[in-house]
Amino acid sequence: MSKDAPQIDEKRLLAGREYVGVDRIDGPLVFIKNTHPVGYQELVECVDPAGKVRLGMVLDTSDEVVCVQVFEGTAGLNMPGTSARFMGEPLTLGVTKEMLGRVFNGLGVPRDEGPVPVATAELDVNGRPINPTSRAYPRDFIQTGISVIDGMNTLIRGQKLPIFSGNGLPHNELAAQITRQARIKGEASDFAIVFAAMGVKNDVAQFFIRTFEESGVLDKVALFLSLADDPSIERIITPKTALTLAEHLAFDCDMHVLVIMTDMSNYCESLREISTLRGEIPSRKGYPGYLYSNLAEIYERAGMIKGRAGSITQIPILTMPNDDISHPIPDLSGYITEGQIVFEREMHGRNLYPPVAGLPSLSRLMKDGIGDGMTRKDHPHLSSQLFAAYSYVKDVRNLASVIGEEELTPLDKQYMEFGERFEREFVNQKHDENRSIEETLDIGWSVLKALPAEELHRVTDEEIEEFFY
Amino acid sequence: MDTRIVGQVKRVNGPIIEARGITDALMQELVQVGEARLTGEIIKLQDGEAIIQVYEDTTGIAPGHNIYGTGAPLSVELGPGLIGTIYDGIQRPLEELEQISGIYIEKGISRPSLNREKIWPFVPLLKEGEPVEGGQVFASVQESQRINHKLLIPPDVKGTIASIKPEGEYTVEEEVAVVRTEKGDVPLRMYQRWPIRRPRPVKKRRPLEIPLLTGQRVIDALFPLAKGGTVAIPGGFGTGKTMTQHAVAKWCDADLIVYIGCGERGNEMTDVLTEFPELIDPRTGRSLMERTILIANTSNMPVSAREASIYTGITLAEYYRDMGLHVAIMADSTSRWAEALRELSGRMEEMPAEEGFPAYLPTRIAEFYERAGYMTCLCGEEGSVSVIGAVSPPGGDFSEPVTQHTKRFVRCFWALDRQLANARHYPAIGWLESYSEYTDDVSPFWAEKAGKEFLDNRRTIMELLQKEVKLQQVIKLVGPDALPDSQRFITEVCTLFKNAFLQQNAFDDIDKYSTVEKQTRMLAVIVGYFDRGNEAIKAGVPLAKIHRMPVLQDISKMKLTIPNDDPDQFDRLMLKMERGFAKLEELYV
Ligand SMILES: Nc1ncnc2c1ncn2[C@@H]1O[C@H](COP(=O)(O)OP(=O)(O)OP(=O)(O)O)[C@@H](O)[C@H]1O
Ligand SMILES: [Mg+2]
Repeated sequence: MSKDAPQIDEKRLLAGREYVGVDRIDGPLVFIKNTHPVGYQELVECVDPAGKVRLGMVLDTSDEVVCVQVFEGTAGLNMPGTSARFMGEPLTLGVTKEMLGRVFNGLGVPRDEGPVPVATAELDVNGRPINPTSRAYPRDFIQTGISVIDGMNTLIRGQKLPIFSGNGLPHNELAAQITRQARIKGEASDFAIVFAAMGVKNDVAQFFIRTFEESGVLDKVALFLSLADDPSIERIITPKTALTLAEHLAFDCDMHVLVIMTDMSNYCESLREISTLRGEIPSRKGYPGYLYSNLAEIYERAGMIKGRAGSITQIPILTMPNDDISHPIPDLSGYITEGQIVFEREMHGRNLYPPVAGLPSLSRLMKDGIGDGMTRKDHPHLSSQLFAAYSYVKDVRNLASVIGEEELTPLDKQYMEFGERFEREFVNQKHDENRSIEETLDIGWSVLKALPAEELHRVTDEEIEEFFY
Repeated sequence: MDTRIVGQVKRVNGPIIEARGITDALMQELVQVGEARLTGEIIKLQDGEAIIQVYEDTTGIAPGHNIYGTGAPLSVELGPGLIGTIYDGIQRPLEELEQISGIYIEKGISRPSLNREKIWPFVPLLKEGEPVEGGQVFASVQESQRINHKLLIPPDVKGTIASIKPEGEYTVEEEVAVVRTEKGDVPLRMYQRWPIRRPRPVKKRRPLEIPLLTGQRVIDALFPLAKGGTVAIPGGFGTGKTMTQHAVAKWCDADLIVYIGCGERGNEMTDVLTEFPELIDPRTGRSLMERTILIANTSNMPVSAREASIYTGITLAEYYRDMGLHVAIMADSTSRWAEALRELSGRMEEMPAEEGFPAYLPTRIAEFYERAGYMTCLCGEEGSVSVIGAVSPPGGDFSEPVTQHTKRFVRCFWALDRQLANARHYPAIGWLESYSEYTDDVSPFWAEKAGKEFLDNRRTIMELLQKEVKLQQVIKLVGPDALPDSQRFITEVCTLFKNAFLQQNAFDDIDKYSTVEKQTRMLAVIVGYFDRGNEAIKAGVPLAKIHRMPVLQDISKMKLTIPNDDPDQFDRLMLKMERGFAKLEELYV
């Protein structure tokens, strides 16, 4: 290995060398020619004409030219007056438990008045893939107190369960209600919340801060805010910075961390912007072909690790452009996450809260976290029965819209009644209503009473005996 | 460590590296990049320059870094110790990597794919002086309780056994035999290497006639896969591709499973790793992990290793096939592999064809599925590789390139239907869009095992499902009351068939898999109900009365109440049904 020594030393010498003047500026990208050999994804400090340092990262490096993406934007840079320092290592975040209770920008620089926290470790913000053999399969039921989630789309500790919403729908309210109410049955544990805002308005951030304040958990929350009026490029790094702290809290400090990221759609837009600028061949709707892998690098930073007490549960929020679930952003997210809570504008219009669409919503980890000893023994079959019946309701409603409700068979009319009660009594609840899992399941059985027992194919005779009558 | 420098880095663009000063590097040669020794492969050579695809994160690689040649193409190690192991896309053993680098996979680390210290019981099957040819069995090793691993002469070796070790315990690296060939002596160890992009040779391809039984009723009874066949499972997110593949991996009657998690979730691999060792194979009574090899390139692992993982998996499958075993390989998801091709191609600035995919996408898909088949192996035994590939079409739209091209090269199509999945009808394999070209090929098998009646019943039910579509259209226009009882009965039988037969709960102890016998009997019950019901309606019994027969409840729950090993219960069910109808007819005739 002796041959390696000179190369490394040289790197150390060259690291920090400053190049005055850049050769091209294009959107958030800066191009610099004739540098020493610069490493891929190396951290760059760009010094603007006013002397302020802006951080960036190497996106492409070659003998001739280096392309740098500047996270704090390029506004105000000029070609001769900007200089670049290559730092010889990737972007890191200094992490410590003391970051809880504080507000940072997307790069982890404090936005509040407090001092720069004294880091206990410096971690690469890009993270590294978790070895699948090191993972522990998540199984612990989190009670959110929200029936449509607990009963039908159960949240599990260590899960990544996004909310697919639309503009103007109450996704923030639901996320806030979850953070207020989420409990593990019979357990008081060391928890933390990491909140990442990408391109959302200041009042959204304020709404969450207020919520945390009101429930008295603000000192357990670290906020990473890259708001609508911050440079759009900063959004690209914000979720990674936030997750770097989350990983430290979960896997080094044994905490149960809930990560809320909003709005992932803005993150994806920024990614598209860079990709277009670099002239890459797009896949669907102009988004880069690597959007899937890129999102996976974020969403896969959730879960539990064998032998460690902590966990990372992710609730990413994204707004579906035009409420279209087949748009690349929700579509690719759905292919990576472990289910999705989908909002339906039509339900919102009927004043149902939370307006969670019954059929397209799904929790994939639910199967291992519910049932006897975890929630209640009737839970698996009951939820399956509710899904089946509600899906038939959708068919009947379609039929009714063609032939008229009066023409329906008596049985179909009962299904109409069930659908109505399911939505009004089971799904619908107040913003501060916190239902226990038993209450949720009991409401489930009670709305099923609109149907005759012979229609309940998915539950056993014993369950009908015990819970239905 | 290799010290042959074959060039220097010129440009780094994600996993694609352009290199200059290329001397004697070979096309598809495995190389190591930089002092971190990242694994890569040469994929293009031109005018003293090369393009290298790197299988690890390239952060920190800079122009000028050295590139070292290994002189060999990207290969896998084949020998005892593969079974029960989880590898990454380039066959690094993930459990051992964890011991070196902890919970995160660091770059530049490596470990031999097969453990060098482990001792195996070697049993020679040939003697000194015996002539041997490529593919012939020369010894055996009991690899797991259920797999007797046959050691094969490498395909390109021919000669006589010059020496062979006596029965005993050896590591994979020890020399266990020497073959004298025209080109000199070739030492044999318990493992060999094979380049992943090259199919392993066989003697002959054979026709496909035996189904790969999966225990999943909708598959076995309606859309069967043959041993050595190929099938695609397309479906939007959350429609059940992974669950279907897991169910098949658990209960199918293959000897060995190679499960490739290609660009999917880490937790799904963990799920297999924790669940399979606990599950018992109903055919052998042994743990399912004793017949399973896992390849994991999860979605957050480097994208170029994703491209390789598919080939790594199928090469391992071929190796076990060559011993005369029936191997099933699941690739979840081939779309991620195709997208990896697209990403690499894009970074190389190749001319894209449809939706940014390279023009060679169909060729690659075809080459992959062509490696499936039912073969006479070089050793003379018969073995097969069946390929079950998930496809993840963007937006769930099957008209996209990967689904369309895959459809050209597979002969069976299990189309997952969003509507069924939303209604939690699992497996959500749609009966109208799915097909199997193996149905006729395997019907002699079914006729023999289940009787010709099964084939007739199958035809009857398929016809009813087709008719139902038309009837539903009518109902949508004018309501169900407009139909005569005999036609409404068809829709009711179809609903019953869907609930009682097609739908199968992967989590229920009794329902999770069904034997040939159970499937046959269940189908007979439902078709019997249809025939008998028809007669009754003709005889004047109103449909509403048939609908209220108590036996209907028994039929709809028979999948959950009648276990595989108690088929006599079906006789009682049939009897009860017959009595029910007879009673009704008495009343109305
Ligand atoms: N046979 C089945 N029995 C019971 N539940 C099922 C079955 N198939 C699918 N499901 C349910 O559907 C969920 C999604 O299935 P699965 O993970 O297989 O989807 P997928 O098609 O692989 O999705 P993706 O493309 O996002 O990976 C499962 O978590 C499970 O809840
Ligand atoms: Mg899947």
